[in-house]
Order: sequence, then C-alpha cells, then structure tokens
Amino acid sequence: MRGELMLKETDVAENQSQKSSIIDRIWSGLASIKLAVIVFALISLTSIVGTLLEQNGDPEKNLKVIAKFVGTSAAPKVFAMLDGLGFTDMYHAWWFVALLYLFAANLIVCSLERLPNIWKLVRQPIQALPADRVSAMPVRREVLLKSDRDSAASAVQAALRSGGFQPAQAETDGMVQFYAEKGRYSRLGVYMTHLSIIIILVGAIVGMKYGFNAHLNLLEGTTSAVAYFGEGKEIPLGFELRCDDFSVDFYDTSDTPKSYKSWLTVLENGTPVAIDGKTTTEIEVNRPLRHKGVTFYQSSYGYAPNRDSLFKFVLTGRNGQKESVSLKFGDAFTIPGTTVQGVVADFSPAIAVDQSNRLFTYAESMNNPAVFVEFSEQGKPKYKQWILKRYPETWAFPDGTVEFQDLWGSQYTGLQVRKDPGVGIVYAGCLLMSIGLYIAFFTSHARVWVLLREERGTTRVMIAGSSSKNRVAFEGNIERLTQAMSAKEAV
Amino acid sequence: MDSSLFFGLSSIAYILAMICYIAYLAFRTPMVGLIATVITVFGFVSHTLAFFIRWKEFADFGGMGIMRAIPLTNLYESLIFFAWCIILGYLFIEWKYKNRSFGAFITPIAGMIMAFIDISGISKDIHPLVPALQSNWLLAHVTMSFLAYAAFAISFSTAIMYLALSTDESRRTSWPYLFWTISLGMFAAVLIAMGLDFLSFKIIGKGPESFIKNYLFKASFRSESVVVIALSYAALAAFVFVVWRFGSTLKRAIGAFSLDADVLDELTYKCIAVGFPVFTLGGLIFGAIWADQAWGRYWSWDPKETWSLITWFVYAFFLHARHMRGWRGDKTAAVAVVGFVSTIFTYLGVNLLLSGLHSYGGM
Ligand code: HEM
Repeated sequence: MRGELMLKETDVAENQSQKSSIIDRIWSGLASIKLAVIVFALISLTSIVGTLLEQNGDPEKNLKVIAKFVGTSAAPKVFAMLDGLGFTDMYHAWWFVALLYLFAANLIVCSLERLPNIWKLVRQPIQALPADRVSAMPVRREVLLKSDRDSAASAVQAALRSGGFQPAQAETDGMVQFYAEKGRYSRLGVYMTHLSIIIILVGAIVGMKYGFNAHLNLLEGTTSAVAYFGEGKEIPLGFELRCDDFSVDFYDTSDTPKSYKSWLTVLENGTPVAIDGKTTTEIEVNRPLRHKGVTFYQSSYGYAPNRDSLFKFVLTGRNGQKESVSLKFGDAFTIPGTTVQGVVADFSPAIAVDQSNRLFTYAESMNNPAVFVEFSEQGKPKYKQWILKRYPETWAFPDGTVEFQDLWGSQYTGLQVRKDPGVGIVYAGCLLMSIGLYIAFFTSHARVWVLLREERGTTRVMIAGSSSKNRVAFEGNIERLTQAMSAKEAV
Repeated sequence: MDSSLFFGLSSIAYILAMICYIAYLAFRTPMVGLIATVITVFGFVSHTLAFFIRWKEFADFGGMGIMRAIPLTNLYESLIFFAWCIILGYLFIEWKYKNRSFGAFITPIAGMIMAFIDISGISKDIHPLVPALQSNWLLAHVTMSFLAYAAFAISFSTAIMYLALSTDESRRTSWPYLFWTISLGMFAAVLIAMGLDFLSFKIIGKGPESFIKNYLFKASFRSESVVVIALSYAALAAFVFVVWRFGSTLKRAIGAFSLDADVLDELTYKCIAVGFPVFTLGGLIFGAIWADQAWGRYWSWDPKETWSLITWFVYAFFLHARHMRGWRGDKTAAVAVVGFVSTIFTYLGVNLLLSGLHSYGGM
C-alpha cells in the first residue's frame, strides 16, 4: 500500500531528462518534495528569529535581545543588518510573503500532480479479481462452511452487509466471488486538507487587499465617521458611530477588571439604525458589534476629564422618593423631600488611602471614582463627604442617600475597528481542514474480496482485502467478518 | 471539600503506582501489575475529582458561568491538566496494548508535576479572569491544545525509547545514538536546572508569581555569577557525556521491559496521528477563532501563534516523511523528538522566555 503513496520521484526525473521547456522545469521544481522541505525549514527558521525580536517594536529592546546572543559590541551591526533585511517587521517583508506564496505554489502543484491517480482510484469502482491476485492480498482468512455453495453464499452476503459492505457478485475461475468496498472517498481527505490551506491563504490575501485594521477612541457622548490607522491616517467608515456610555466592572474590591462594556449607536444620515432590533448595542471583549462589514471590538479604555462631563446621581430622600440627576461640576442638587443641597467640590478617578490616612489618586483611569460633595441647608454648611462609586456604604447621609453612578463623558472606549471580507473564506478553509483531517486520519478505504469454492458438500471461503490505512484495525474487521459468516450459516 | 486534598492524593498515588510498576517489571507477578493499574486509576479518579472541584471553586469565586471557569488560566493549572492528559493517554495505551511497561515511565512524570504543584502551594489561590479570557472558545482551545501536547509528550518518550532500543553502544558515534543521548541528556539537565531554580527560590522565599519568569535558570545558566554559569555548562556537558557513555544501560532497561521497537515506532506514529488533527483544530483553528473574537485578528504572528505554527510544520513534516518517503524508525523518531522540543517551547518557552499578547499562562 505504501507504494502508491510514495512520491514518484522517477516521474519527476524523467520529466527533467526530456528536453523540457522552462515552464516544465519550473513545474517539476514546484512538484518536488525537496522544495517543500526547504520551504518548511526556511519559514520555520526565519519565524524563530521573528519571535525573538519584537516585531515593530522598540529598537532599544531588540538591541538588548541581540546583545544577549552576540555581545554588546557586535549588537548594533547585527541589528542594522537584521533591520535592513526586514526582520523587525518580518511577517510583512517581501521575502517572507514570497516564501508563503512559494509554499502555496508547491502545495498546489504537488497535489495537482497526484490528483489524477487518486481520482482514478476514487472513481473506479472495485472489480472482481482473479483468484491468484486475491490470495496475494496483504490480509487473508479462510473458513470452512458446512453447507453447499448457495447457502454459504447467502451467509457470506449477509455477513458482508452487516459489516457495512454492499457486495457485488461474479464468477471467476469457476468460483463464486463477492467483492465490496467502503470509504472510497477517504482518499480525498488529504486533498481537502491541502486545498483548505490554499483557501485560508486566499482568505488572508483578500483580507489584506480589501480590508483594514484600525482603531478609534470614542469619548462618551461623541460621534465619529472615521477610524484611524498607523500614525493617524483616517479611514471613512461609511456611517457614523456614537458612544453612548462606557463602564468597567471590577472583581470585588480589586483592580482586576471583570468586564468592560460600551454602549454604541450606529447613525446613518444622522438617524440611528437598528441592529438586531435595537438602536443601542452593548459590546464587550469577545462580543463585538458588526455593521456593513465593519466590526468594532472592545479593546481598551481611558480617562479624559473635561468641562462637559456630567456627574450622575440617584438621590433618595428619607421618605423614599427617588430622583436621578445629571449635573456639571459646581452645579447644585437637592435631596428630594428636603431642603438639603449638595455641590460637587472635588473629584478623583481612583481614590485610595495611604498609611497616614491621607487620600490620594492612585491611577489615571476610573478605577475607583469618588466625588467630594459639600452639603448645606439654607446656605449653612451641614456636612461634606467623599462618595465612592464602588462603595455603597459611602452613599448614606442623615437626610437620604446619594448614589454616585457615573461621571459621564469623561471616559473613552478604545475600539479596534476591522473590516475583513476574507474572514468568511478563512473560516470556510478551517472547516474544510477539520473535515479533511478527520477523513485523512480517522477513515480509511477498505476493500474485500471473498472466494467460495465448493468441496464435497462443504464450502471453503477465502476472505482477503486491503485498507488504505490502519492495517491492525482492518485485520480485526476481517476477523469479525469471518466469524459473522460462520454464525450466519449456523442459523 | 478542597481540591488540593485530592490533588495531593493523586500525586501520592502516582508515585506509589510508579513503585508498583517497577516492581511488576522486576518480578512479573500479575497481581502486582494489577495493583499498579488500580492505584493509577485511583490517582486518576482523584485527579479528575480535584479538577472538577477546583472548577467549581473557580466558578463560585468569579461568579461567572461554568463554561468560563475552567481552571486553565495559569501555568500551574495548565500543568495539572497536562499531567491529567498524560495519565489519560497512558491508561488508554495500557488498555489498548495490554502492556504495562510504560507505567514506570509515565507515572513518575505525572507524580512529579503534581508534587511540584503541591509544594508550590498554587492550588489555593484563584485568580479571576481578565475579560479577554472570558470566552467559550477558551475552553475548547485550551483543553484540546493540552490533549495534543500530552499526545506529543507520549510520542516523545516512545521515540526516545525507540532510539535507545534500536541503536547500538558499539557505534556510539552513529547519528541516532548521538542524537538521542544528547537530546535526553539536555532534556534531563534542563529539568534538573529548573528543579534547582525551584529550590533556590524556596530558600529565597519570594511569592510564586515572581517565580518562574524571573527565576528560570537563575540558579544555573542565567546566574549573576560567571562561575556558576561556567559550572552549569560544564555540568550540562558532563551530564550529556554520562548519558552518552552509559546509554546502553537504558537500552537494557527498556529491553527488560519487553517493549519491542516496532510497537514503539507504531505508538510514536499513532500518538502524532491523533495529536496532529487535535492540535490543528483545537490549537490553531479554535485559537484563531478566539483571537478573532477577542482582538479582531485571527492571526497576528505573535510568538505563541508563530511557535504553534512551527510545531505544526514539524509534525506535518513527520507525517509526510512517513507517508510519502516511507521513513521509519530512527529518522521519524528523531523528527518526533524535535517536534516535542518545539511543543515544549510553544507551551513554556514562549511564556517564560519570550513575551507576547497571550497573558494566558504568563502568570
Ligand atoms: C503544513 C502544510 C501541510 C499539511 C498540514 C499537510 C497535510 C497532509 C496530510 C494530513 C496528509 C495525509 C498524511 C497521512 O495520511 O498521514 C498529507 C499528505 C500528503 N501531502 Fe501534505 N500537507 C502540507 C503540505 C504539503 C506540501 C507543501 C506538499 C507538497 C510538496 C504536500 C504533499 C503531500 C502529499 C504528496 C501527500 C500524500 C498524498 C497521498 O496520499 O497521495 N503536503 N498532507
């Protein structure tokens, strides 16, 4: 069996010895397994260098890495050389891309060269064989059935059927012969796998040609019609995107973010567009927003305080009356049902207490936002207090509760903006690869031939066959078939 | 109920099982063999229980869905799962091939990993997941990657055993003999160096967080002191030399285990034939889908991805060499060894030595 899988190096050699045209020569070069080995090795080795150097990274850092290998004195020269060869952005370097194309060409030509043979094997149904060929099969068993040929034949047929085969019948050399096969298409698994690699590469190329990868920082309450890539180059989105709100949740009292969410609205000609039935879409990491082929991923966030930000409070009076208010820095609010007034006098995005009980701001993002509110009644100062968004125990006052909900308009959401028309192709390739690998590794093409020879009222049965892979399992199957034949005959 | 209790039980069970497997190989008493298997199964059940208890602890702690809470978010947890996969694979092979000889090799590896985790005290602290890791694809991606790694680990040990068995000490300069003794010598030396790191770190007593990344090889190859570095390399060379000089002892030991070279060759292939599709689907494809959802890029050539690709190429090369060129024995075994070195680098080296997007496993 292995023989038919081996690459026909001789064919290649013959091709070359004929006075061949350039195209033939290139073709046979691309069909050679040697090229595959070289390309595999080159891609792997250069990639290793690429993982050692930080791609598009800080030259200083890379210099340090190189110094570890070649020493500080030689490092600048080696760095300049590697940089010149494109190793600092190597996955986009022309020679790396060329290697990938060569790999693809090699794979295509290699598969095309062998496809006709395999296709014949797949298309050509199994045929009856002369007895000597059958008895030369790699896997063989014999049993003696104690009945005449006709009833033995029906036992054999029944056993083959129960083994999943659809036997055909023939008369050869005066003997009855049954032959059957299953899993013929298993031989195509390899080609599906190879094809899938090509499809994935095509998808990647489509993505690079017709798509983009950009980013957009959007302050709460603002709208943008463009995204940015590289050093601020603008890419029109074809519609507008507004960030309605942004929020981060933390684990308990820690600074480990549990989730961050943005509420986004898509606008076309100034009017909100419904997506999945809603005009505002909540996105978080792993749950992006898609519109017109553009996908917005939650990727980061930040804090940018400004004059227009609004403090949002939910006020509850002692009588249980509730009220939501939004106000700017310095504006006053009144606790419902009272004449107590509050004014925001200070704000910290991330407040903490140091060892000597002093308050300080420990981060430049809204990790633990707090407002300092001064309360007064009829112009007379009453009390003042820090109100922390994440600590409800700081919300309570003698005259009611003041829940600090948000400083809206001071955080921006960091969005990764991507358009990639090739993703579908890549996923289709991945699906095909999964199916192809499954077929290539876990199915096989099995063929059996059964010869029946009558000997004085009994019938001698020879079962023989071959399988494209996993010979041990196939032998087990043949054994079971043999036993089934004896069993079927007994009834 | 605490998961660490069961993790402790299983590590003891694996060590006991190793003793029984060795006794079984020495005395060939079927009863001892059976006891070895029973102890291994016991350890495995306890290991499985512990894994699920920890899963539940994690889910309760983080207050996230059960699917999101698989305890595979840092190096130690992934090592636990890795050991679990190895034992699973081993028990399958024992059942399928009716051969207990590997037990003596596999159980101590699992036992050592478990013991390492136990002393390091990691099983008690649970870290919540940052948003990027909260994806159902993570479950599929990580579990399948580790199943594949375990299959590759087994293929590595069978390949080394194959090479040890099939090479001859009278030809110590033949490439297969040189190859396997040097590989095994370096592999063992690196493990010992990591053990030294671990000991020195225990003495210094820093928290496990800072451990691996900063301390890797600090007690040996990356020491502050030039003398220690020189000594380390000398020890490495001496170690490799000893393995090279006395490799035939290992050969006799394996021979005594009544493993035959063909079975080992076949097992190496089988493990890769199972590991390769699982790695392709779980490691590469599911990883790409996850990255696509989390970052908007299915492939960004970060070091972890690139190393996965290199590993994938090596095993693809293995399969092609075997199927198309009919390579058998020494040559394919050597490729399997290279494949596992690449696997280890993908799993540990990238996190410990290189940096990347994947906070996962970086602790
Ligand atoms: C990394 C990329 C590749 C992957 C994942 C891959 C995958 C596979 C798989 C799974 C098989 C089946 C092996 C088996 O049954 O165990 C196979 C066979 C084969 N591959 Fe590849 N392959 C790749 C690249 C290549 C390249 C570049 C060439 C061309 C030189 C090539 C030529 C072949 C041939 C000729 C066969 C045998 C087909 C047959 O049975 O008729 N492959 N490949």
